[in-house]
Amino acid sequence: MVPLIVICVYLVLLLALGIFASMLFRGSSKDYMLASHSIGPFLLLMSLFGTTMTAFALVGSTGEAYAEGVGVYGLLASSSGIIHSLCFFVLGIKLWSLGKKYGYTTQIQFFRDRLQSDKIGILLFPILVGLVIPYLLIGVMASGTVVSAVSEGAFTNMFAEYDYGVPNWLGSLVISIVVLIYVFFGGMRGTAWANAFQTIVFMILGIITFWVISDNLGGVQAASEAVEKRNPSKLMRSVAESDEQKYEKAFATWQSLAEYNYANKKANGELLTPEQKEKAIADYKGPPIGNWKARAEANFAVASNLIDLSIAEKNDAYIEQDDRIMPKEKPQWWDKEVMTGHELNEYQRNEDAVLAAYTDPIYNKNMGHPNDLINPDKPELGTKWTRKRTAGVYRATKWSPEEPRAMSMLVFITYMFIPLSVGMFPHLFQHWLTAKNAQSFKLPVVAHPLFIAIVWIPCVLVGVWATSAVVPGTERALIPPHFNPNAVLPFMVANMSGPFLSGLLTAGVLAAIMSSLDSQFLCIGTMFTEDIVVHYGGKKRFTDKQVLIIARCFIIAIVAVTYILSLYEPRRVFTLGVWTFSGFSSLFPLVFAALYWKRLTKAGAYACVITAISLWCLFFYMSDMALNPHFTVFGMMPVATMVPAAAVAMIVVSLMTQPPSEEHLERFFPKKSSS
Amino acid sequence: MRYVVWLLVVALIILHQDLWYWDDRTLVGGFMPITLLWQAGISVGAGLVWFLATIFAWPSDLIEEAQQESEGGE
Repeated sequence: MVPLIVICVYLVLLLALGIFASMLFRGSSKDYMLASHSIGPFLLLMSLFGTTMTAFALVGSTGEAYAEGVGVYGLLASSSGIIHSLCFFVLGIKLWSLGKKYGYTTQIQFFRDRLQSDKIGILLFPILVGLVIPYLLIGVMASGTVVSAVSEGAFTNMFAEYDYGVPNWLGSLVISIVVLIYVFFGGMRGTAWANAFQTIVFMILGIITFWVISDNLGGVQAASEAVEKRNPSKLMRSVAESDEQKYEKAFATWQSLAEYNYANKKANGELLTPEQKEKAIADYKGPPIGNWKARAEANFAVASNLIDLSIAEKNDAYIEQDDRIMPKEKPQWWDKEVMTGHELNEYQRNEDAVLAAYTDPIYNKNMGHPNDLINPDKPELGTKWTRKRTAGVYRATKWSPEEPRAMSMLVFITYMFIPLSVGMFPHLFQHWLTAKNAQSFKLPVVAHPLFIAIVWIPCVLVGVWATSAVVPGTERALIPPHFNPNAVLPFMVANMSGPFLSGLLTAGVLAAIMSSLDSQFLCIGTMFTEDIVVHYGGKKRFTDKQVLIIARCFIIAIVAVTYILSLYEPRRVFTLGVWTFSGFSSLFPLVFAALYWKRLTKAGAYACVITAISLWCLFFYMSDMALNPHFTVFGMMPVATMVPAAAVAMIVVSLMTQPPSEEHLERFFPKKSSS
Repeated sequence: MRYVVWLLVVALIILHQDLWYWDDRTLVGGFMPITLLWQAGISVGAGLVWFLATIFAWPSDLIEEAQQESEGGE
């Protein structure tokens, strides 16, 4: 309960800050949306950084480092340090100056003016909002996961199906409402202040988290040496030979379990006699958790040559044991070759199969309130299992071992396209316009890469250390195989600190999430009122007060849609984030050309947008709607195809169509004075 | 100097592709994986290069013009 109280106190403080900021609100829609262009260097740095660092940076980077190793930092963090500042420098300052000159509030206003096209707004609006929604989804989803993980066992009789903690849906709902309230009352000024406050909170608490976790793991050196010993592949981007050998061995053991279960099912559970089963269990030396009796029997059956399956039956057995979906049409090799672990992983897994663990006595016999002892007479057996832990035991004992994966060089190199997304984030465009003057950009441009390092390095190290942390006094892994990467950071925080600190550190994670959600909420409200309502309804039709009400209503509608989507099938935060960023990156050629290429035409811009979004939809569909985290196009990140294709379409069509008039271009490309 | 700054940005992008540490899992100082340390260096380098950019490649003309026009317009 203590962590939950700490989180609640933090949320109340945040609301108080939002309400205080609202007292400075000047009442106009310009102040609400752009804080009357009054944001100085420090607030601009904090709001730009806080906005770009989301659940993706904390929860996602830790989870991805846990899954893929230290290479994750190079994939996105260091490249973002270069490219984000490049975008602030090359695009941000120029857009700020044009926004100041011509009074833009949104990206679409700029594009409409620059391209002399009213319809470009109609095309861009749904695309930008559509891409912001998955970005919002990341934050909403992750906040629910974090609150739920840290509050396990907080209640005694409520929410048993959520391990007596706050349900994910409730955590997400509360966080969304809190952010909505301070965005509602504080507008851009409240958002900037809350962002600054939350950025400071998550940076300081992030460092404390790192220190506490490393201390609990025996210090930074011991934590890294444990990885070197148990999972060396996580310290580089290729696979260590020892990890490969360990996997081959574990996979062979798992194959025998799968084959035994299949053969036993074929023999109606009578493959071994009762005496043989007794002997198998007596001979078993492994840990008695989960489905260990089947493992003991499998060992015995293999040693006694009792399993007789055809190659096709063996392949069927692996698919079944691993809860994967049996192909309707089996490939030709199915009855000639035994599939490898890699081939097995190509088949989609039925993730819902894990629900069976909650009703299966083999797995759920120890399930209950996480504060109760399994057996009061034997306290050494520990406390009862949460549903998450039960599901973890099911996955760890039933599913095939996780295959160590090397990072692809082409994927690594082409990840460089992802941070280009910053150039087209609508919420960043709006933040750029809040700057008091151009000097305000200097601090964000310089400090942004350093701030990224301060946040990401500890997260990546914690994620990597989590792969090799063990239960104190044992050699048993602290985190079981097939663990949900999104839950690694909250799990480490909950397990490596006391309740008060755990609550405080979780508040830090939530701060990072909320500092992005607020800008995105505000931005979509602004876009709707400015680009649709006022643009088509006419400036005189609505009073300033009505515009504010419309903006707020649209924000609520979008948050509601996002919230409903978050209740459905969750995806890996990192994967979903990369898809969102890829969509914005693919529109980067448009904003760059609009600022630096006179020859860009309206038709060229349409070609760019249509190509970008068509390819995004196609690739997203081909990746099973982000379910496949390793989806590539020509062995590269999909964005590496999308950006050049959009650029080529834009250039070719622009060159084939009538250029804009010199008079119009003069507004955006003024001749430099000879002095 | 402006061109030097942009060359440094290109150099950073090239150095970021540290393919030479692909298989190297050396722990620098006993705890820091070498590839992570290199990439952390890229982040620090980026901060330095962008600092130089604000000195030598700052678009003062553009800014002045925006300032003048907005003052004139308001």
